[in-house]
Amino acid sequence: MTATTVNPTHDLSQAQLQAAFYDLDEHDHPEGGSTMLGFWMYLMSDCLIFAMLFAAYGVLGGNFAAGPGPKDLFELPLVALNTAMLLFSSITYGFAMLAMEKGSKGAVQLWLLVTAAFGIAFLAIEMYEFYHLIHEGATPMRSGFLTAFFSLVGTHGLHVTFGLIWLFTLVVQVGTKGLIPANRRRLMCLSLFWHFLDVIWIGVFTFVYLMGML
Amino acid sequence: MAIEAVDHSHWSPLLGRLWLDALPQEPIVLATFVVVALGGVALVAALTYFKLWGYLWKEWFTSVDHKKIGVMYMVLGLIMLLRGFADAVMMRIQQSIAFNGNEGYLNAHHYDQIFTAHGVIMIFFVAMPFVTGLMNYIVPLQIGARDVSFPFLNNFSFWMTTAGAVLVMMSLFIGEFAQTGWLAYPPLSNLAYSPWVGVDYYIWALQIAGVGTLLSGVNLIATIVKMRAPGMTMMRMPIFTWTSLCTNILIVAAFPVLTAVMSMLSLDRYLGFNFFSNDFGGSPMMYVNLIWIWGHPEVYILILPLFGVFSEVTATFCGKRLFGYSSMVYATLVITILSYLVWLHHFFTMGSGASVNSFFGITTMVISIPTGAKLFNWLFTMYRARIRYELPMMWTVAFMLTFTIGGMTGVMLAIPPADFVLHNSLFLIAHFHNVIIGGVLFGIFAAINFWWPKAFGFKLNQFWGKVSFWLWVPGFWVAFTPLYILGFMGVTRRMRVFDDPSIQIWFVIAAFGVVMIAGGIGAMLVQFAVSIWKREELKDETGDPWNGRTLEWATSSPPPEYNFAFTPIVHDIDAWEDMKRCGVERPTTGFRPIHMPKGTGTGIILAGLSTALGFAMIWYIWWLAAVSFVGILGYSIFHTFNYKRDYHIPVETVEATEAARTRQLAAAGA
Repeated sequence: MTATTVNPTHDLSQAQLQAAFYDLDEHDHPEGGSTMLGFWMYLMSDCLIFAMLFAAYGVLGGNFAAGPGPKDLFELPLVALNTAMLLFSSITYGFAMLAMEKGSKGAVQLWLLVTAAFGIAFLAIEMYEFYHLIHEGATPMRSGFLTAFFSLVGTHGLHVTFGLIWLFTLVVQVGTKGLIPANRRRLMCLSLFWHFLDVIWIGVFTFVYLMGML
Repeated sequence: MAIEAVDHSHWSPLLGRLWLDALPQEPIVLATFVVVALGGVALVAALTYFKLWGYLWKEWFTSVDHKKIGVMYMVLGLIMLLRGFADAVMMRIQQSIAFNGNEGYLNAHHYDQIFTAHGVIMIFFVAMPFVTGLMNYIVPLQIGARDVSFPFLNNFSFWMTTAGAVLVMMSLFIGEFAQTGWLAYPPLSNLAYSPWVGVDYYIWALQIAGVGTLLSGVNLIATIVKMRAPGMTMMRMPIFTWTSLCTNILIVAAFPVLTAVMSMLSLDRYLGFNFFSNDFGGSPMMYVNLIWIWGHPEVYILILPLFGVFSEVTATFCGKRLFGYSSMVYATLVITILSYLVWLHHFFTMGSGASVNSFFGITTMVISIPTGAKLFNWLFTMYRARIRYELPMMWTVAFMLTFTIGGMTGVMLAIPPADFVLHNSLFLIAHFHNVIIGGVLFGIFAAINFWWPKAFGFKLNQFWGKVSFWLWVPGFWVAFTPLYILGFMGVTRRMRVFDDPSIQIWFVIAAFGVVMIAGGIGAMLVQFAVSIWKREELKDETGDPWNGRTLEWATSSPPPEYNFAFTPIVHDIDAWEDMKRCGVERPTTGFRPIHMPKGTGTGIILAGLSTALGFAMIWYIWWLAAVSFVGILGYSIFHTFNYKRDYHIPVETVEATEAARTRQLAAAGA
């Protein structure tokens, strides 16, 4: 299977030519060889959606329309707690992956469920924050700033929600099928997705919350 | 004809705002509806009578074979071309008669929908399916692969694109389409100025089709990166594969922007957010910026694969290696990158100042350098070659002449001061039709004539192909030269009636050009019919009817399901030409079972549910939206529980198929 140029010589027999130009001893290709690359590309496209939402926040973030601004609304201790929840969930997902490497099915399921618990806590705190804001009249319809804020943070929250649905599905699938290659691939993909959401959140925490309080 | 204010405020829990007033009211639409409905019933009846449903479902709709999916994309593009062209004819007739107080035959509400639908359909549901279909069919064959990286996803992508097309077609008869122009700028597309369903049809059709486009982009990149035959290094890939790679990179890097912008517009319309509103701190110009950050790469998404087609066609029909392979690759890459740095030239008049406008004007002009390099490469390939003027080559020459002029008017528009004069005029319309018809469409016709024998096993009839060619190419110039002239006179786009009778003659000439183009399209349909009728005479026994150079010609026409019984090993850019030169004979023994993906109905089911979701959201039928959303989620999860997605083609089947091919080749004397 070398890539050297074959000169049109008459020295080679037809059998040798065929061996040079056709893979005569081909075996089945293992499944899922492109999955990680494909999933990475999907993630980068998703990253672009967040980039657009960050850009919109950059453009509209100062347009308060005589309404409340970040300093009137954000409570950093709450957001810090929320951030901690998400970061912990990333660590516990990492433990699930380590358990997968060891081939311990039960431990994978356990750590996935711990991850889910942190994820749910994150969403609960976020919903509490949203409820609180809306209750105070700081609705997304109030100003360009609030529109961009709710959309960016809400889109992230929606991703976490889908991640949770996926996670529970995988808990069941690992339970029924075990740590077969297909399930390992899926765990790897969800791992990428989950950590990716963490990275996005760090952007949100920095650019929206921390810089908003400056 | 005044615009009548129709009250569409009716809403019920069961049907949302869908009510009898959504059915066609105008005689033109009503008549179209009757004809389409009768045609549809006749088609369904015929399919049932000939018992074709099972065949279509099993062999086509649920197939994950990239070749069948490619053909289905082409069929979708062809059907939508007829619809989009009907819109064009209606506009040309209206504009050629609406003078001297004559209001024409289309009221404003109808006319505005037509020019919007024409643009949306031609870009999203004609050009995109054609381009995606070509890439789907040809790329795996050119790289010596047996399918794409994600075969199920490929089927799903096709059906999502179709779902978008279905929604656009529905809007013709149920409700209305957007009256905003093809990019739906706010504030016009905000709820206050477009209160009914038109813009919602637009949003949901593009969102759903966009999912398909994005996933097929991911799929084809993974395929090209991961599944090339042994020995095919990046710099040995055929140029069409290269341009496809760049196009799909553009798709993955541009379509999420469209998704995001459409979502923002939806939030404004459905929930009263303030992204693009005029008050409460929104910014309509942010929409214009964002949509063109998608929109400019989009035009290169369309044209790049066709640059690849012209390269393959030129090399094949000149019978020699393409001139300047590496410069062609680098030109393609440079265009890919530059296409992200020019978006602002679509709205120089925004008022962003001289330095910003200069930057974008210069980047725009710079794109013409790699494009020019490509043109010279084709010309140098033709230089002193024994050119065979078959139909694909004729379309290629027509492209070179037409596209170059379109490119030059583009450089004119790239000069900001000139753009201030020509902005929004018919000059612009003439320019982009000049490049899209002269580049994309001519390229698709070249590709269809070139690869049809590969896909179906027989060549296309030359006579009717030439009739089509000689009606299309001059027809294009008769239809669009008047628009250049009118643009210089300052006539703006999207006008329904005119005051100045002295310009009517130009519109009449343009309408005559459209009649010629109609003849060209008709001749093309006749060409298909005649060729299918006389397919035995036009049969391609060898699998290599044009003396081709790349791997798709190394297998039979049409290729077997598995494409290649043995994966070829590549030693040269023109891999198949190299094999012929070395005198390699096709191996006829030692076959093995071949590992292939299994078909699935999941793609069409999920796309069907997505259509229902889109329809429900458009009409505010909340219960149906909830049900179909849960259905999509549930069925997707259900699908992931299916772990058995592959099978082996038994060695006996492979042997029988290849033996038949051996007999066919022997009979053809090859």
